[in-house]
Amino acid sequence: MGTKRSASYYVLSAVFAVFLLFLYGPMICVYLLSFQGPEGGMSFPMRGFSLTWFETLFTAGGRGVGDIHNSFVRSLRLGAIVALLTMLIGLAVGMSFRRRYPGGNFVFYSAIISMIVPGIFVGFGISLTLNMLGMRPEWWYSGIGAQLTWSLPFAMLIMFIILGRMDKSYEEAATDLGASSFQRFQYVILPLILPGVIGMFMAGFTSSYEESARAGLNIGTGNTMPMELTGLLGAATTPVMFAVGTLTTLFMFTLVITTLLASWSLAKRRQLRLSAQHA
Amino acid sequence: MSSSMTMSPRAASWLQATPFTLIMTCLVMVPLAIILAVSFMDYGFAEIIPEFYLGNWTDLFRSSLTLDTYRTVFKQLAVVWTITLLLGFTISYYLIFHVRSNMWRAIFLAACAIPFWTSGPIRMISWVPLLGREGIVNQALLGMGIVDQPISWLLYSEFSVIVVYVNMLTMAMAGPIANSMAKISPSIIQAARDQGASEWQVIQEVIIPLIKPGIVVGTIFIITAVMGDGFLVRAMSGNQMNTPAVAIMNEINAFQYPPAAAKSVVLLLIVLGMVGLLLRFVDIRKELAR
Repeated sequence: MGTKRSASYYVLSAVFAVFLLFLYGPMICVYLLSFQGPEGGMSFPMRGFSLTWFETLFTAGGRGVGDIHNSFVRSLRLGAIVALLTMLIGLAVGMSFRRRYPGGNFVFYSAIISMIVPGIFVGFGISLTLNMLGMRPEWWYSGIGAQLTWSLPFAMLIMFIILGRMDKSYEEAATDLGASSFQRFQYVILPLILPGVIGMFMAGFTSSYEESARAGLNIGTGNTMPMELTGLLGAATTPVMFAVGTLTTLFMFTLVITTLLASWSLAKRRQLRLSAQHA
Repeated sequence: MSSSMTMSPRAASWLQATPFTLIMTCLVMVPLAIILAVSFMDYGFAEIIPEFYLGNWTDLFRSSLTLDTYRTVFKQLAVVWTITLLLGFTISYYLIFHVRSNMWRAIFLAACAIPFWTSGPIRMISWVPLLGREGIVNQALLGMGIVDQPISWLLYSEFSVIVVYVNMLTMAMAGPIANSMAKISPSIIQAARDQGASEWQVIQEVIIPLIKPGIVVGTIFIITAVMGDGFLVRAMSGNQMNTPAVAIMNEINAFQYPPAAAKSVVLLLIVLGMVGLLLRFVDIRKELAR
């Protein structure tokens, strides 16, 4: 507001800087302390720098590291499937909302309920339902299903926002030019909403990777990463947990950057191809 | 989608919504109804006996523990809500109205999101080197001679529960508020400024009334997160605090499903009641499409 910076600008900048410190302070501790020397503990000072705690993670029979390897693989597998299903089912339900239809409000508000009901109740409810049916929980149906109740509402909201902002005139132009509904979807709608579709995949993966309240009781045998880490919290006495933190953060960082780059180049290529076709 | 050529638009919409609706119905609605049903059933050792039984409910209302757990969680909710609202508002206001370059705004927003790429349990344990007995805060206080013994209530206490909640939930409040603020037309604010309104008057008279939907959505996130969480409270209080969600988790772990179900119904009704009350003030479906 105004061209000259007011005093409030500097006060608010300082508040924001302190907030960033509050967010990053603990994280920086994790990254630094994961390189703690072999004699060092979970607090500062650093007693030398070493890769001891990373080695502990990768050598068999690690001291108090639980089943990190397998739980990580399980989380990745679960996350990938949940992400793919979230993208497909989310895209379908999003497309359904492009017209008003009877029952549409029920679909919308069932998603809102699933979002606001605390996760433990959904997880507990599914587990009781299986119990009543005499079924055993397994990751590939009840685990995936429980996590979809969490990821799908977000996918629906992403589609809602992105389709709501889409300019309808492109589509009408395609219809006027004689495009079939499939062509309209493939050549007009999909390119326009592609960022949202990739967004749904990422939202599906991250919500699954972090989620344990819903999946916890329904995953069957074998913990996922967040469950395994929660179990290890109380027993943690060495910086080995910090090494896990540094590695998993690095993994997420790579994943997010790769997806962003991939979606950017995809959008660019499509644009080039379309303009080549029009030339 | 190709099938809509031969299908009425309404049938196409139904078909497209079917997988989603099936999942929401079978995995959310039905299970919640089952919780209600099981709360009226008897139980033995690690098994549910499908006979009508009111004991779970009479135990729940007779126990003084029930009220204690709710007192604890409402206190937590009030503190966390107040702090995240003030902090979330301040941050959003700064990012939307004071940061002028779009690029810096995007960079700052990304900077606020990156710490959340680290797994939740790791972010909880990351407070040990800061707030623990040998943590940085205690070392600093001792070094400056402010205290002569390490403060023990910094970690595994009510205090650390609040700190970690604020750390994890402030962005959940700031996000919807910033979204509402971004929709305010700059000309409205300019008009108020031209009339001689001070920055504080603009906030009070123009901005706050226009961001109510954002505040409502953020508040809903905070309510469900705090009321429904048991993991964070257990970890950060060192298993010393008992909230309704912790009580439910403990009973589930002990395979006492029917009493856990009765407690779940009560907590769920309270959460849904609070959210329903808030939703009367804002039409989310309209807000999203805007």
